[in-house]
Amino acid sequence: MSTVFETLSELSHKLASREVSAVELVTAALARADATQSTLHAFAGLRPDRARAEAAQADARRRRGEPRSPFDGVPIAIKDNMVQTGEPTTCASRILEGFVSPYTATAVARLEQAGAVVIGRTNMDEFAMGSSTEHSRSGPTRNPWRLANTPGGSSGGSAAAVAAGIVPAALGSDTGGSIRQPASFCGVVGFKPTYGRVSRWGLVAFASSLDQIGVFTRSARDAAGLLELISGHDPFDSTSIPEPAPELRPALDGDVSGLVVGLPKECFVPAGVDPGVLAAVRDAVAELERAGAKVREISLPHTRYAIATYYLIATAEASSNLARYDGVRYGRRARGARSLTEMYERTRSEGFGEEVKRRILLGTYVLSAGYYDAYYRKAQQVRTLLRGDFERAFGACDVIVTPTSPEVAFELGAKTSDPLAMYLSDIYTVSANLAGIPGVSIPCGMLRGLPVGLQLLGPALGEAVLLRVADAFERRTPHHARRPESSP
Amino acid sequence: MARITRDEVEKVAALARLSLGDEAAERMASELDQILEYAQTLAQVDTTDVEPTAHAIPLPTPLREDRASPPLDPELAVANAPEREGSAFVVPKVIEGDEEG
Repeated sequence: MSTVFETLSELSHKLASREVSAVELVTAALARADATQSTLHAFAGLRPDRARAEAAQADARRRRGEPRSPFDGVPIAIKDNMVQTGEPTTCASRILEGFVSPYTATAVARLEQAGAVVIGRTNMDEFAMGSSTEHSRSGPTRNPWRLANTPGGSSGGSAAAVAAGIVPAALGSDTGGSIRQPASFCGVVGFKPTYGRVSRWGLVAFASSLDQIGVFTRSARDAAGLLELISGHDPFDSTSIPEPAPELRPALDGDVSGLVVGLPKECFVPAGVDPGVLAAVRDAVAELERAGAKVREISLPHTRYAIATYYLIATAEASSNLARYDGVRYGRRARGARSLTEMYERTRSEGFGEEVKRRILLGTYVLSAGYYDAYYRKAQQVRTLLRGDFERAFGACDVIVTPTSPEVAFELGAKTSDPLAMYLSDIYTVSANLAGIPGVSIPCGMLRGLPVGLQLLGPALGEAVLLRVADAFERRTPHHARRPESSP
Repeated sequence: MARITRDEVEKVAALARLSLGDEAAERMASELDQILEYAQTLAQVDTTDVEPTAHAIPLPTPLREDRASPPLDPELAVANAPEREGSAFVVPKVIEGDEEG
């Protein structure tokens, strides 16, 4: 019996009714991961023996009538920047070669406590820096819808693994769109919660004021279920919001009547966006209107400054966070250096890839004396204005709708030689990270054979309203149920 | 006018403990220059009297009781070290001079 492409909720029911066992599900997921690895390259590493053993334990718990949760025994994947005890974490970087973690990330631990079985670590852009999963030490991940194209990034491996039916859900991280954009490119649901909603303990830091863990799933309901598990205060993360995990599934009743959907006029100008993407998003808005939502034009006047603001702040924080990779305490050390400084330089120069070096250089530059005020402080001030834009907007609407990305999945290599062009493709996603608000990308149509993503943004801690709208849209449209036919 | 010169790139690289080859330094200078030119758009924004935002969701620094809890096992703490001696990390000699130390 094939369980490929089933949702987490469907698998959870089948496990409860003993139609299928956890060992069968995990074995099938591992087999599909293996079979697609040479074409998709969604994974950085699998843990077949431990995953099968954990699945057997989940089955034993079910036989005793003591499942840990409805998700006990479901296979999942985690991005290769979240640590798990006794497992490697590489962040797709040579510099973390050989690292084995002595502890487990809180979000991963909460999934383990619910009985979910991690089958492996998914491929990503090195240290989550990229929008295409091409900047990986082990090579790019490919898009299950079209192998010549990228899955987006930086969580491209997680998005591809869910889109190709390998696992029903995966964790990713989103610093400037790294969950939402690949979800859009791969035709799945990708949810970035409010900053501080999910603990960052055990997530390798890229830009600490922007990083947030979230989920990839095939439905809004699955996203709600997983977010309920991984959210909530964690004393190990001092930026974790001191609130319990929210109840999200009660919001999934399909009712959006009277909700006000805001369309930022700055995001619907034709410049720099594929007209087919805009058309699909407008159709989706019309569908929400038919479901009873009210549509209102709003303004986010500082949107045009978001990319510059984001790349100055993110690289500044990255240059500081990545200073820890020095070849002393963990990871790969360059051989043959005669002095400590030479050892640092050779370790870092050999260990980091081009994009990571570019961002460390930019970040170091904008933090250096003489440039700090003009670049870094200026960006932090514009960040304040961007936050203000959203505060005003959410005074007039409940959710904001935009495209997730100005384009559908682009071809491998299309932007690798033009870093600025790669950065500009994040125009719709970076603002949510700068403002700390939650956002989700859901499938809303097809364009030239590739999925189009619709982005919903909500006020801080407004996860429930986003899932309400996403779920209502799914009930009325077929987009989330489409599967890549060409998938290997 | 170049916003960042090749000399500046090499200076910043030294600060970040990165060594770039000639070809990479040239390329980085031109790419960073392009990115910084784009970042100049922020100069158009009037930020007089605007407070900078460091964190979008500001929280007070959380405090906990000053109570000891079990530390990471020293054996685990050095298990990932590229070079170690007992529970210590080994690095190349830091103090210049006397060859024999």
